[in-house]
Amino acid sequence: MKLITAIVKPFKLDDVREALKGMGVEGMTITEVQGFGRQRGVPEVYRGAEYTVNFVPKARVEVLAAAGDADRIVDAIVEAARTGKIGDGKIWVTDVEGVVRIRTGEKGADAL
Amino acid sequence: MPEIDSGNTAWVLVSAALVLFMVPGLAFFYAGMVRSKNVLGMLMQNFFSLGLVSVLWVLFGFTLAFGNDIGGGLLGAFDFVGLSGLETVPGFTDDLALTIPPTAFVAFQMMFAVITPALITGAIADRMKFAAWVVFLAVWSIVVYAPVAHWVFSPGGWLFQRGALDFAGGTVVHINAGIAALMLILVLGRRRGWPAEAMPPHSLPLTLLGTGILWFGWFGFNAGSALGANGIAGQALLNTHIAAAMAMCAWLVVERIKDGKATTLGGASGAVAGLVAITPCAGFVNTLGALAIGAVAGAVCFLAIQLKYRLRYDDSLDVVAVHLVGGIIGSILLGLFADNSINGATGDGILLGGSADLLVNQFIAVGATLAFSGIVSFILAKVIDMTMGLRVSDDDEAQGLDTTQHAETAYSFGDIRSLGRVA
Repeated sequence: MKLITAIVKPFKLDDVREALKGMGVEGMTITEVQGFGRQRGVPEVYRGAEYTVNFVPKARVEVLAAAGDADRIVDAIVEAARTGKIGDGKIWVTDVEGVVRIRTGEKGADAL
Repeated sequence: MPEIDSGNTAWVLVSAALVLFMVPGLAFFYAGMVRSKNVLGMLMQNFFSLGLVSVLWVLFGFTLAFGNDIGGGLLGAFDFVGLSGLETVPGFTDDLALTIPPTAFVAFQMMFAVITPALITGAIADRMKFAAWVVFLAVWSIVVYAPVAHWVFSPGGWLFQRGALDFAGGTVVHINAGIAALMLILVLGRRRGWPAEAMPPHSLPLTLLGTGILWFGWFGFNAGSALGANGIAGQALLNTHIAAAMAMCAWLVVERIKDGKATTLGGASGAVAGLVAITPCAGFVNTLGALAIGAVAGAVCFLAIQLKYRLRYDDSLDVVAVHLVGGIIGSILLGLFADNSINGATGDGILLGGSADLLVNQFIAVGATLAFSGIVSFILAKVIDMTMGLRVSDDDEAQGLDTTQHAETAYSFGDIRSLGRVA
């Protein structure tokens, strides 16, 4: 099993969700996060004092999937979240040792 | 005793309520500009003035400001402690005779006493102990505000007698609070991390809402100072609005040229700068004079903000640049723009062909207010600092005034915080 973690532009979140739903993914977790990469912060000016906000708001999407599905899901997120401009984000995939569905106690692939 | 006029009385009573409303307006104007951990601290420093200063005003403040003159125009006597024995307000006779009951006058002036020290809070944001502020507020309103109000607003006061003019409080309110704010922060010191660390406003919508309330209330502040529902009140209200509007335009033009963008905070600040500068002039100048005063205030107050970066004093929300500088601009420009055809209580200013006497008197009034309020406020701040201490601890400053001074949080999002148990 794999955990797919994607950092995407917040306004692309709906596109990502629709794309994943369309391919049968049945659950995801999202978090509002901030960070920086190659995209620079945005300058703000208050009564002449200029600040650069160094951390840009992003959405983090987490999806658990069977190992065989991971590549397809990653491709779908890339397609849905890409604008081609700087700051589109990143996706990484990690191994997951175990999963339990709390309500039923199902484990492993059954719990996905 | 002159007849009580019901129209005049009604207008002054309404004006008292309008000025009262400026206190929450000011509180939100300031609170939007601080970080979210200091919102309640800022609101409470302002709001508590309504509690404490109102009580002090009816007990001692009013009689010190408007009691029978003692010391050749320096102070009011203890004639009306607790307002007992108040039948007429001393000095308001002949042309100055009040056509409103003294209670209405007391209430209207009380709101001025309440809001003036509240103006100071913008300078001391995020770092003063609430208890120390309470002591400063109480003593300042008695030993600084009441005497200056007597000098300028009471017919027995020495500046009033000289012919210095202040329609609604350029010296008494804005210069007085502005110089006190500067002295207090010189003793208090800068916020930790200023100016290197970013301390951006947490909610400019609150600041704009507060600006709107201030603007609305200012009609009572200035037009109410006519102490009647008459032509002078009408001119004062119009001037108040026009100066604020012009100052907003001027601020934004200069800001756009200098910093590249016209900001919402700039629009709000410009309007307030115009309201400040027109305050001493409101019932004494014509409409073109009000436009000129607004234009100067908007541009100069914006530029005056840079002073704190040059001189390295942390006037957090720019009380000096807006209230001290704006108050001086208005008080001095009155000597140029005063118009006898608007108000028979003044001669013409220099630009209208009058003599320089008024301008000289305005300089004297500004200088006297700066000197007295500056010195006494500095001493008061020093004494409090050496006895109980002005500042919160570094840890408390980092954590914020809301939890450390008031044991509350302004904004609670989500349910996780409410899962805590009562100890």
